Amino acid sequence: MRKFKDHLLLGLLWASAFLTVAVLVIIVGYIFYKGFRLIDFNFIFGDYSPVGHGGIWPMIVTTLYTIFISLIIATPIGILAAVYLQEYAKQGRLVRLIRYATESLTGIPSIIYGLFGAVFFVTTLKFGMSIIAASLTLTIIVLPVIIRTTEEALKTVPLSYREGSLALGTTKLQTLYKVILPSAMPGILSGIILSIGRIVGESAAIFLTAGTVAAMPEGIFSSARTLTVHSFLVTQESGDIELAAAVGIVLIVIILILNFSATFISKKLNKADY
Amino acid sequence: MGTTVIERNEEVRNSKQTNETAKINVKDLDLFYGDKQALYKVSLDIHEKEVTALIGPSGCGKSTFLRSLNRMNDLIDGVKITGDIVIDNENIYETNDVIKLRTKVGMVFQKPNLFPMSIYDNVAYGPRMQGIKSKKELNKIVEESLRGAAIWDEVKDRLKTSALGLSGGQQQRVCIARAIAMKPEIILMDEPTSALDPISTLKVEELIANMKKDYTIVIVTHNMQQAARVSDKTAFFLNGEIIEYDETNNIFSMPKDQRTEDYVTGRFG
Repeated sequence: MRKFKDHLLLGLLWASAFLTVAVLVIIVGYIFYKGFRLIDFNFIFGDYSPVGHGGIWPMIVTTLYTIFISLIIATPIGILAAVYLQEYAKQGRLVRLIRYATESLTGIPSIIYGLFGAVFFVTTLKFGMSIIAASLTLTIIVLPVIIRTTEEALKTVPLSYREGSLALGTTKLQTLYKVILPSAMPGILSGIILSIGRIVGESAAIFLTAGTVAAMPEGIFSSARTLTVHSFLVTQESGDIELAAAVGIVLIVIILILNFSATFISKKLNKADY
Repeated sequence: MGTTVIERNEEVRNSKQTNETAKINVKDLDLFYGDKQALYKVSLDIHEKEVTALIGPSGCGKSTFLRSLNRMNDLIDGVKITGDIVIDNENIYETNDVIKLRTKVGMVFQKPNLFPMSIYDNVAYGPRMQGIKSKKELNKIVEESLRGAAIWDEVKDRLKTSALGLSGGQQQRVCIARAIAMKPEIILMDEPTSALDPISTLKVEELIANMKKDYTIVIVTHNMQQAARVSDKTAFFLNGEIIEYDETNNIFSMPKDQRTEDYVTGRFG
């Protein structure tokens, strides 16, 4: 009987693991199966045309714009905020309140951020529907993610590193910069990778702040369309699942490339310290 | 016979009180963690270029005492200290230059705590943070320090590899080299061999004996044989107080206090 229970439990564990992987494989497989026929040089690098199957280069460029602008603003602010909360702030009621606030922020549906962005960045600051308005909105969305993961990463740096460094007559800032941050780098990086996923996956907030103009953006103040929004619109307007799936493949590949390069850069950074 | 030894000890005590040769002079040190008192009126003179061992059962305050000598206790919230610690005629809790203090008073911890960097960078870390940039000078410091810690021959061909790949005993000696690289005058060691195997322990003990000619060493140890082997003076701590402080030989062969005798003969602790 006990053996039976053992087997049952093992079977359940195995089934859960299998199910998880299977779902991933099926989704990715389905998208590749549906979309791969459409992918060629012209589809990726060609300009968009509303008739027939135009290229998606403008959407790729717009997506990359939003990723880089949001990260360039959110990463330093997020890391500095986390360092302050974790290393400098006196752990008391205020810090607890700030932590609680950042945690709550991660749970808010993105459409709310989108509405805020539409009112504040687009209208009040007169940015108009634009890449910059969308990027700033995305910055607010990913900021709590970066702060939380950086804080967690800083917590895992052993006390003995701090003591070892400070005992050598270094300042707190030197210890932070040379020992604590490099050790926390992998954790911080995973926060940035998560953020990339959040940014690329976002549609509602971008829809409301960047608009849907399907043309090459002239600058960050142009209204434009990201890949995710494009995928959503083609499905909705024409029901063209194949085209949407092809866009999905490009999205997956972009995320993979960005994740790999982020990991690569962090390894290089670590090496440089040696 | 007995009386002459006691008289000699009295003399030693008296000379301590005048503290002509004392490198570190601690007077009436009280230390609190929040409401809990950990040290009670500790007074102790530590002499230059000698090894002073601090022994006593766990939780008796010996590590706490050691960590007040380079103000590492400052890192803990709610620590309050009264009394004086004077190093080279300077009260270390009155000057605010903790950086200078910790440069002068190096520390080796219980567990090797090298940074996840190469051996070279670990040893060069302190000097670099002080602003030394010259490659030549750094090379010289790294080599001298590693030689000083008797580990140069073992690591000279792999200076650029990760320090965390070394064995525990080697890591601890690199930690000592890292401390030496700052050219300190005093080195504090907090149970430096408690995480090491017997052979590595022996090597570290030999090293301590050699380092004595250049540095003033204060070592906390759980191991009484170690205290007997490496130290010149021994202080016995119990419940936050110094029960007895004397020449190591006297502490182990003819302790004056019954509690010291009970401890060194292994009746408790």
